[in-house]
Amino acid sequence: MILMNHKKTFKGGIHPDEQKQLSENLSFEVMPNPKHVIVPLIQHLGKPAKPIVKKGSEVKAGEIIAEQDGFISSPIHSPVSGKVSKITVGATVTGFPKDAIVIEASETNETVLMPPLDPEKVTSEGIRERVKLAGIVGQGGAAFPTYVKLSPPPDKKVDIVIINGCECEPYLTRDYRYMIERTDDLITGLRLIMKAVGVEKGVIGIEDNKPEAINKLKEAVKNLPNISIEVLETKYPQGAEKMLIKAVTGKEVPPGKLPFDVGAVIQNIGTAIAVNDAVVKGEPQLTAALTVSGLGINQPKNLIVRIGTPLADILDYCGGVKENAVKVVVGGPMMGVAQYDFSAPVMKATSGILVLTEDEVNDHEETPCLRCGKCVDVCPLNLIPTKLARLSSLEKFEEAEQLGITVCMECGTCTYTCPANLPLVQWIRFGKQRVMALQRERQSA
Amino acid sequence: METTTANPSYKLELTSSPHVHSRWSTKQAMWFVVIALIPALISAVIFFGHYQLLIVFTSVVFCVGTEYLIKKLRKRKVTVMDGSAVITGLLLGLILPPNFSLSSTAIGAVFAIAVGKEIFGGLGYNIFNPALVGRAFLQAAFPVAITTWTKPNFAVDTVTSATPLAAYKFDKMFTSIQPMFLGNIGGSLGETSALAILIGGIFLIAVGVVNYRVPLAMILGMILFAGIFWVIDPVKYPNPLFQLFAGGFLLGTFFMATDWVTSPITPKGMWIFGLGIALLVVVIRIFGGLPEGVMYAILIMNSVVPIINRYTYPRIFGEAK
Repeated sequence: MILMNHKKTFKGGIHPDEQKQLSENLSFEVMPNPKHVIVPLIQHLGKPAKPIVKKGSEVKAGEIIAEQDGFISSPIHSPVSGKVSKITVGATVTGFPKDAIVIEASETNETVLMPPLDPEKVTSEGIRERVKLAGIVGQGGAAFPTYVKLSPPPDKKVDIVIINGCECEPYLTRDYRYMIERTDDLITGLRLIMKAVGVEKGVIGIEDNKPEAINKLKEAVKNLPNISIEVLETKYPQGAEKMLIKAVTGKEVPPGKLPFDVGAVIQNIGTAIAVNDAVVKGEPQLTAALTVSGLGINQPKNLIVRIGTPLADILDYCGGVKENAVKVVVGGPMMGVAQYDFSAPVMKATSGILVLTEDEVNDHEETPCLRCGKCVDVCPLNLIPTKLARLSSLEKFEEAEQLGITVCMECGTCTYTCPANLPLVQWIRFGKQRVMALQRERQSA
Repeated sequence: METTTANPSYKLELTSSPHVHSRWSTKQAMWFVVIALIPALISAVIFFGHYQLLIVFTSVVFCVGTEYLIKKLRKRKVTVMDGSAVITGLLLGLILPPNFSLSSTAIGAVFAIAVGKEIFGGLGYNIFNPALVGRAFLQAAFPVAITTWTKPNFAVDTVTSATPLAAYKFDKMFTSIQPMFLGNIGGSLGETSALAILIGGIFLIAVGVVNYRVPLAMILGMILFAGIFWVIDPVKYPNPLFQLFAGGFLLGTFFMATDWVTSPITPKGMWIFGLGIALLVVVIRIFGGLPEGVMYAILIMNSVVPIINRYTYPRIFGEAK
């Protein structure tokens, strides 16, 4: 293997069917505003935002309708102009019902923007403040408030910003379209992020299955000596933070530590674009860009939709669901969430809606573990998935803890690979939650 | 909450991620192994005649039948279609001497499945390779019949019915490599042709059923350990190439030691397991009372797999090296 000319990557991982061809050549389309939007008060990791509107309030697009509450939280803006019809509990794409503000959209769509800032003159403090006010959260899935990530603790020496252009989840092509259609805005976003955290070195990590994007990005940064494009092997989960940092810098983030601890800040492509829009255009996060794909949807699309648009509206807009569909997933097929209620709305970090058919799900019968060791070989974090799953199912949580169950990032690589079709990551997820509960108990004791 | 479209009337699956799965299944892997054994089966027919097919057939039928019966008696789901009993039957047949009695074959097959596998709970739970358990039982029950060898079909005058290992052990005679590579030597049905076994074995590694580590560790280990003795005294001890191609080493390397269930799951463990087998084979062949040691070497290493696993867990990503 050393003899082969291989690209930078990490150890382990898998090569699922990419299925990007369904949507990769479709330009972004702006979906017309829905009749009403459902805006959950929690679309980020941390504390829910506090509503500052009431039933009957008239709101304009871009106006703050719920305030940030605490350090790790994020404000929420009205995605459309209209009237608040109710504040109620509604389904969300995470599977858990949450409080949400429902707004009936009016015909007019006047948008309230913040004053645009000059990206060359804005200070690092100014960028952070703008990102915070614009309600930007990480677009990679965890939806961590971005301004927190841009404020490294003073004792951590950060020296590199890495933009995650891997998009290693099959089907999804949103980041790819961003890289192609908004190349310069992406670079500006990256430069703003570098300025905000005060580092000189920026890298965009991208998998080698996106040659067109690679060429465009390389062209765009050819006069920027402190930004480089790092072409990585196409392999899932190359876009996981720890894997990306390992591939780009060779450093390993220790268990329980953050990218800060090895001097890195990671941002998603969509986040960099949102930072650009917030600073340069003064636009808060009102829309989400997402890929609608899968063999079960009539017209796959890359869409820009208003936050709060119900899934049902989007599925209708894409020509509806085919009869042989068996699963609707929000996010990628490896880590996304299966949906049961299509009234659930798109949120800030929603990156895709997949309608999958039986063929794609490729489910087969479960057999006992044959101890083939394939899960051990593919686990990017070097865990023993079959052992951890078994310990979890036997409720032997202490032993699972000793074997590092909390290190698992639930990428699903083990379950994908398992010839016996065992629900490995599902058991590990259960065990991990219980172990973390035990750890909290111990701490409070 | 009202939406523009009512919720769908069709059924949607609601399992947690991941929502896609590789094409791997237990069944598929097992049938790949069956395919990979076909070259060895053909070599058995070429060198020892059509009767050998009957031995293999008997072994397969009794293996599958025994598993079926036991599952029925225990009121468990019948799993014979997963192909694992077929593999045990094929392997057991292929490691018996040519023209072995069919009734004894049947006894070995029943023992292999009943005691080697089902007594532990069936596929996935057994500690020892079932085919080798059956073979070990036959070795104890019919010690003469199981060491009665047949001359291969294309035997020239110098080829005896004795296996190269027996010829070395008892008569200090070395067989040349070329007939050993093709299979024109005395030995068990499917073990004589290195060529046929390599075709099947490389196929299994190429399609990803077998990980390269155990076979590579065994081959390198054999070259190393046999090489040490050979360097010490090339007259007294056989050369590493002879050791590699003799007896059941290659068949064991690619088809028995690599059995998923009875080999380690950790990368380091696979290396230790393979090297351990090679060392035991060399020790048994050179110092033991028997000319061949592959069967016992694998069975012994099978028994320590849980310990090997336990002490070879890989370093978790990000932990200190």
